[in-house]
Amino acid sequence: MGVFENVSTYGAQVDSLYLLVLIVTGVAFFLVEGVLIYFLIRYRHREGHRAMYTHGNRRVEIVWTVIPGFMLFGLAVYQYSAWTQIKIDRPNEAEAVVLSLEAEQFEWYAAYPGSDGELGTDDDIGSPVNVIHVPVNQPVIIRLTARDVLHSFFVPVLRIKQDAIPGTTIPVWFEATQPGEYEIVCAELCGLGHYRMRAFLTVESETEFQAWLAEMAAR
Amino acid sequence: MSKQKATPSHDGNVAHDGAHAHEHPPLSFWRKYVFSTDHKVIGIQFLFTALFFFTLGGLLALLIRTQLAWPWEEIPVIGSLFYAESGGIMLPENYLALMTMHGTIMIFFFIIPVLSGAFGNFLIPLMIGARDMAFPVLNMLSYWVIVPAFLVLLAAFFVEGGPPAAGWTSYAPLSALPDMVPGSGTGQTLWLVSLILVGTSSIMGAINYITTIVMLRAKGLTMFRLPMTIWALFITAVLVTLATPVLASALIMLLLDRTIGTHFFLPDGGGHPVMWQHIFWFYSHPAVYIMILPAMGMASDIIACFARKPLFGYRPMVYSIMAIAGLGFIVWGHHMFVSGMNPTLGLAFMTSTMMIALPSAIKTFNWLGTIWRGDLHLTAPMFNALAFVSTFVIGGLSGVFAAATPVDIFIQDTYWIVGHIHYVLFGGSLFGVFAAIQYWFPKMFGRMMDDRLGKWHFFLTFISFNLVFFPMFILGAYGMPRRVADPYEYQLFAPLQPLNQFMTISAYVLGASQLILGYNFIWALVRGPKAAQNPWYANTLEWVAPSPPPHGNFETIPVVYRGPYEYASPLVTADYLPQHQQLDGLEPAVETKPVQKTAISPASR
Repeated sequence: MGVFENVSTYGAQVDSLYLLVLIVTGVAFFLVEGVLIYFLIRYRHREGHRAMYTHGNRRVEIVWTVIPGFMLFGLAVYQYSAWTQIKIDRPNEAEAVVLSLEAEQFEWYAAYPGSDGELGTDDDIGSPVNVIHVPVNQPVIIRLTARDVLHSFFVPVLRIKQDAIPGTTIPVWFEATQPGEYEIVCAELCGLGHYRMRAFLTVESETEFQAWLAEMAAR
Repeated sequence: MSKQKATPSHDGNVAHDGAHAHEHPPLSFWRKYVFSTDHKVIGIQFLFTALFFFTLGGLLALLIRTQLAWPWEEIPVIGSLFYAESGGIMLPENYLALMTMHGTIMIFFFIIPVLSGAFGNFLIPLMIGARDMAFPVLNMLSYWVIVPAFLVLLAAFFVEGGPPAAGWTSYAPLSALPDMVPGSGTGQTLWLVSLILVGTSSIMGAINYITTIVMLRAKGLTMFRLPMTIWALFITAVLVTLATPVLASALIMLLLDRTIGTHFFLPDGGGHPVMWQHIFWFYSHPAVYIMILPAMGMASDIIACFARKPLFGYRPMVYSIMAIAGLGFIVWGHHMFVSGMNPTLGLAFMTSTMMIALPSAIKTFNWLGTIWRGDLHLTAPMFNALAFVSTFVIGGLSGVFAAATPVDIFIQDTYWIVGHIHYVLFGGSLFGVFAAIQYWFPKMFGRMMDDRLGKWHFFLTFISFNLVFFPMFILGAYGMPRRVADPYEYQLFAPLQPLNQFMTISAYVLGASQLILGYNFIWALVRGPKAAQNPWYANTLEWVAPSPPPHGNFETIPVVYRGPYEYASPLVTADYLPQHQQLDGLEPAVETKPVQKTAISPASR
């Protein structure tokens, strides 16, 4: 949102859409509130003054229905492609780093495919609890699920959020653009420990990532 | 005195002619004030009960704000009262219970009962020129069904495991599995039972309101001569009738999952958690319109009255309310953009949600049009009604961000949403309620509240309200999540604590400011100056009845000759022209062109 860093390929799009809505609503805000305050002062009761007797104006009704109508509809349609890109389309699994992420009161469990290249098999590489590593500048697909109640995988710097549902696996994709360690926030009320269901996403170079994976596999 | 039984077609009323022609023995205290079938008494019962819950819900909010300012610190006084076992410190389960009960109480036990139950009941027969509701006994039952609902919910504070802790939205499986959080034991069951009772009460009331408005309007009172308050209450009642049964079905399904082993929402037996959200929000989205439309209607009437000017765009205003209600049924998925619902639905719900902003925008422009070139009397009710407009605008505009699905990915479940809902519900509905209380108090109780105290209450409330809730958009833009007892566990949000502390102090001021209204209300009840029949020189029919109206409301049922907004009419020298006022000479069929001026006696203004 501009208030802090964005390290996601689609983050800039999200931020610029936020800015667009901010400008449109900001203009509307200042116009409407400004007119309201001006009228409050200008038309205050004065002795001997009578209000204007009118029930409305058809033309003005049409104008202030049609123009905002088109603007709102346009604003919706304008965002179709960003939403589609983030939530509907997905990179090819063959070209992405795939991992599974399971949320359980109140921790996150990630696992990576082992040498067989498949998730959900015996040679899967488990990540330490509340830790995820991904390589920078590569698409990542997370197969997200929950083990008990609803949770939600929220990484503010990636501009991604997705609820985790028990009994369902949901693919979540992103591509991180900058190495670093970033906080993962649980964003769906999940019980007493919801407030401390914090995890860490480490984004690192491909070499470092492979080294880390190897080290995890050895454990 | 002979018994007069009016035939149903006589004046549209099934009751008797004449305010005092009831041929029954004097009512006992219980029948008159407790189990009354008089809509005015029932409305006032709802009002007092709702105000009690407003106070309780507000105190819970102050506790929430205390935790967010100083997490895990000993709370003075309250801590030793309620959290003695943990050394005066709030525990996570307390926090979750607080926010669940705050939302539940404010929505189901304050806003909906005060708007539909209190003002709906009190105003509908009076504003349409009827002696009472179509079904007075059903009306009495609608209040007495809600009383056990209150008691059941209050009991949840005292059971093992404590109150429910899954939020007022009660998402499954957290709410379905008793082991997942302490409040999901008995507390959650009581919550479900209580809400089923509240829903029943709402539906009973809605059926009554629809029937009354359709069938019992006075002669000459066509639908398009109804005040906006009545249109709004009417359409709200339709919403209640259509949507509340869906909530009831969700509540029952959840109750069954919790008790007899069904799996509607539990994946282990083939159920789906997201289905709870679909069914819940299918009701709860229309519910937010149930919570705002009556306030919109009342604001329209109050603004027109104190602007001494006709409502601008009466028909567009009516159609806009219909549009909000209709569209309100096809936007529920905007609460679920990241829920795991098929993302293609996100495109559809984004579009419908953007469009629902349009009728609200139209209404805002028409309110501005009403005060344009008006003769504005800035009384306390007028200030509150205008604050309704100005804060509702902020609430609505902030909703556009949430409707924008890519942006919502970020702001969903953050404080942005909390800011949005409080601007529309507190800023919107609550300022509307403050306006309505002060405007109709003279009619309800026959006394005047103090306008200067009303203005003090207004200004302190308006300023502190904005200081508490506007920063929530900043918090949301930072991604600070909601329902989190200690957001500062995260490095990302630790810098936000000072802002939260500022908001909390402002919340204390906001809470304290309500004491002014409370004092004004109670003082006026016992010692307020006696109110005239029509202290605001308004046009609508409730001002024809005495202040307060007797049982049966009107000496003679008024006949209506015009719409409710003939302020500043060129036909008369006074700046208002009541709906029931007969004019000598011709009443033109269309507006404009003064035919002859007639002074309204006794005193014109």
